[in-house]
Amino acid sequence: MSSDISAQLQTAVREALAARTPLQIEGGGSKRFYGRSPHGTVISTAQHSGVINYEPTELVITARAGTPLNTIENLLAEQGQMLPFEPPHFGPGATLGGAIACGLSGPRRPYAGAVRDFVLGVKILTGQGDILTFGGQVMKNVAGFDASRLMAGALGTLGIILEASLKVLPRPAHEQTLTFECTSAEAIRNMNRWAALPLPISGAAYDGVHVYLRLSGGAAGVRQACAELGGTVHADAHHFWHQLREQQLPFFQGGGSLWRLSLPPATPPLALPGQWFIDWGGAQRWLRNPLPAEVIRATAARLGGHTMLFKRDETDAPHEIFQPLPPPLASIHRRLKAAFDPHGILNPGRLYANW
Amino acid sequence: MAHPDATPATHLRNPAFTQALRAVLPSQALLLDAEQLGPYECDGLTAYRQLPGMVCLPDTVEQVRAILRLCAQYRVPVVARGAGTGLSGGALPLAEGIILSLAKFNRILEIDPLNRCARVEPGVRNLAITQAVANHGLYYAPDPSSQIACSIGGNVAENSGGVHCLKYGLTVHNVLGLKVLTLDGDILELGGAALDAPGYDLLAVLHGSEGLLGIIVEITVKLLPKPERAQLLLAAFASVAQAGEAVGQIISAGFIPAGLEMMDNLAIRAAEAYAHVGYPVDAAALLLCELDGTNQEVSEQIFQVRQLLLAAGATDVHTARDEQERLKLWAGRKAAFPAVGRIAPDYYCMDGTIPRKRLSEVLQRIAELSAEYNLPVANVFHAGDGNLHPLILYDANKPGELARAEQFGGQILELCVAVGGTITGEHGVGVEKLGQMCTQFAPLELQQFHAIKHAFDPLGLLNPGKAVPTLHRCAEFGAMHVHAGKLAFPEIERF
Repeated sequence: MSSDISAQLQTAVREALAARTPLQIEGGGSKRFYGRSPHGTVISTAQHSGVINYEPTELVITARAGTPLNTIENLLAEQGQMLPFEPPHFGPGATLGGAIACGLSGPRRPYAGAVRDFVLGVKILTGQGDILTFGGQVMKNVAGFDASRLMAGALGTLGIILEASLKVLPRPAHEQTLTFECTSAEAIRNMNRWAALPLPISGAAYDGVHVYLRLSGGAAGVRQACAELGGTVHADAHHFWHQLREQQLPFFQGGGSLWRLSLPPATPPLALPGQWFIDWGGAQRWLRNPLPAEVIRATAARLGGHTMLFKRDETDAPHEIFQPLPPPLASIHRRLKAAFDPHGILNPGRLYANW
Repeated sequence: MAHPDATPATHLRNPAFTQALRAVLPSQALLLDAEQLGPYECDGLTAYRQLPGMVCLPDTVEQVRAILRLCAQYRVPVVARGAGTGLSGGALPLAEGIILSLAKFNRILEIDPLNRCARVEPGVRNLAITQAVANHGLYYAPDPSSQIACSIGGNVAENSGGVHCLKYGLTVHNVLGLKVLTLDGDILELGGAALDAPGYDLLAVLHGSEGLLGIIVEITVKLLPKPERAQLLLAAFASVAQAGEAVGQIISAGFIPAGLEMMDNLAIRAAEAYAHVGYPVDAAALLLCELDGTNQEVSEQIFQVRQLLLAAGATDVHTARDEQERLKLWAGRKAAFPAVGRIAPDYYCMDGTIPRKRLSEVLQRIAELSAEYNLPVANVFHAGDGNLHPLILYDANKPGELARAEQFGGQILELCVAVGGTITGEHGVGVEKLGQMCTQFAPLELQQFHAIKHAFDPLGLLNPGKAVPTLHRCAEFGAMHVHAGKLAFPEIERF
């Protein structure tokens, strides 16, 4: 299904601008839980959909924001290609625009790159009702400031993403996952030691008992790496990585708040009590525990990282989702927000309070 | 010739400003005499020259902070400079501004092999990072041809590329964190050893910002494991079109070569005459295709890609016999610019990116333009990522030739935009491509760029007049972006 509703979206934003009505931007609604609570009139990009251009030999795909991620991934798979950042869907309706706006990447992220690394260009609708185009469909482009990557993870607060061009990559011909039983300290040390070796690693996680190490590439290279590493071959690895990406593993089930800690990957296990799941070779750690937010934040900051309340339990007291910004950085954020959305109508308060 | 756009009113000549600088800098760190300023009159784009008002050479962050605060107080423009190897005039001085040289910030502060990153100062040379971490089996991936000389701070400011971008990305993909000083002297910490940071991706915005948003004082670079093996194929083709086709076939077969470079006949002959590396001088085009990875992986892929190149019509495919020959064949490519410099008194290096499939027609059109302007062109091409470097040969001593070369170059860039590409892949806009920015972007986008700059630099004193043209310049430039059939800037008078 393909339709271009950019004119309607532009009219809706201009009307909201004239009336100073806040808008909450929605694609497939699969990541509504993410970030601070949305409020305002819903403006939906779901009908703004369709792949505009896909050239497998150019390694570039351009699609409208409302295009389902499934559609894009299936199209790429037909040509033996993929979105290298392995975006989590978190629901059947997940769209391209939502994947970029939320800036979330899956298990392959430390080895292939994040969403922002693959964004080549965007068309956005600003809070002033203007449609602007940044970047393009080529891999090297340094004309003008990089406003395209700026949209990744901005949660729509700078503009409604209308279209995006992404770099894509060939799917690896061969994949194998090895498991190793060890302690969390050993797991972190080993995952980082391996990552410093010329091995075709594409995923490294630790569930509290086992390290899961995914190797991807040509058959000969993967075979050579497996022979060097030892470990046990995982029989149903595809399912495991999918469930990890979608947070469907048992660890992610059940109530209670879920914290995400982003840390220098080799950081030894943290002394904070609670249940841990380690992904991204140690760089992304999930924590379920009842500690006060301040304690978790202070610990992550001291270790050179940051944290976010990824999923908030309904029974918890409401508080900030993302790590507060130091004052000089916060003031640049507010000025940038004003540069794109001077009247604060796009997803106000979704990222930080007050703007 | 382009000049930076209008600069703000400045009080550089106010004796109180100089006096205040003397109070915060050692005497040898402040250059004021014309003969001391001479070496700073240009960067790698030597056709543009201007003596700066003065040069500051701080060696501590506190000194940089003090300089910036004084510049804010006295409204003096600041042009940051690393090694001065930039190719678009980004570090071209302003007569009424200071050059803030970061050359003394040349320390590697920390190497963290387990987290695979290093904290370095902006004046550290690109290659020095790789040399410093080699004993850990790690390296810093982006390798612009100037890597012996260029500084990492300049690499961030320009978002530099190199010959390995298709697989390993640009500078923006290989930097984890920055410490940036604002004109107010505040320090912004963007990212670090973790893989992401809260808030907007300002780290991305700083890459390629050409000194307009802040002064970078520290960089955390990502380090990668050195591949177990790299192997190079050299393929000769009887036509550029066939070589272009072969590139598309390699990629659609699922290979991502570490490097994939193309040279046309004039570039091949120039490089061979200069470097004597054994290039096929009769070929219309050659491809250098490097594959890296584990030993087994490379063996497998070299065989497959070799078959593919032969099937695509290569007249000869040669595999480097050993590491020595591999490096020699690369040396020819990396010396292409100086090699072309030997066959003509001057050359003008262009830097457009195009969708790869348009290569044949773009090269054809460049050849036609070359005949029209009566100026030869040698083409080197980062074929994997579509980044084209036509080198226009001219003689600056012949009246009018520089102007003709610039006009020709401008037309090449506009051609790149017309086929869906961009006016600069990795060299930046600087002062050189201010005019072509008007072709690539409509007024609304240019205004948005100015708004982004304003958010970081409300006084407009950081490298003013570079990278983003004023709307007035675009109106005067003439060859404007025509959007939806409407002429841009209807409100502005024509000249």
